Amino acid sequence: MNAVNAKATNGARRSYKLMIVDDSNIMRRRIERSQQFDELELIGTAGNGLEALELFKKADPDVVTMDLTMPQMDGIECISQLVALKPSVRILVISALADKATAVEAMEKGANGFLNKPFTDRQLNEAIADLIR
Amino acid sequence: MLQEQELKTFVEGTTNYFEVAAQQPASIGSPYLMEGNPSVHDYTGVINISGKREGVVYFTAPKAMLTVLLMKMQENDFSHETMRDLVGEVANTISGNARRDFGRDFVISVPSVLAGGAPEIPQKPGSRSFVIPINWRSHSAKLIVSLT
Repeated sequence: MNAVNAKATNGARRSYKLMIVDDSNIMRRRIERSQQFDELELIGTAGNGLEALELFKKADPDVVTMDLTMPQMDGIECISQLVALKPSVRILVISALADKATAVEAMEKGANGFLNKPFTDRQLNEAIADLIR
Repeated sequence: MLQEQELKTFVEGTTNYFEVAAQQPASIGSPYLMEGNPSVHDYTGVINISGKREGVVYFTAPKAMLTVLLMKMQENDFSHETMRDLVGEVANTISGNARRDFGRDFVISVPSVLAGGAPEIPQKPGSRSFVIPINWRSHSAKLIVSLT
């Protein structure tokens, strides 16, 4: 788990606290680097569902990007628990699992969007825009 | 016997990764069939498959190719762990594509990653492997499909 200091936002739009959950360091950095929204402030990253829950309770994010296949606690279980803690949280699943049944299951647990890996910067930003705007 | 469409799913999962993540498509070399364990490169992502088919599918790539791929992805960390991470992500994508196309007929494991030139890839005795060269820029990796 890696908590970071929240950066200031310009106040023109509502600010959203972002948490990135993925067991891949490359993917966590990629999402952090590629997202282009001034209104998102990264409050931390987690490498599995258990770390995500712990960070979620401390930092209370509004927006979460969530991998599904992770050790210790997978993304589907984590989504259920996050939504139980905060029903208004917006969750974008970012996963290599490309089958429809997985996407439906994630949405039924409370996810708000689904993006397949690999993705382009544009696809990521469009998916996040759908989530917050 | 492995169907052409099944092979295509694994190949497309691999080439799609390069095309989307690095914005530069990979090309396919001439596939060949071999008995025994094919040689592997520095880093290998392995998927175990059971159900309608049994065996392993793996993507193996040299460090030099992965380094350039990381650069194309704007990554600054070229450590051993990041190389493992990347080859795991490629294998993860291959696995995801297979789950989408094959559904519940195939049980596909979470990928595991092996490093080093001579790892033990668990293959069924007597199985034959399709070896598909994956060429990208000046580098060459291999996708190996060993299913019965």
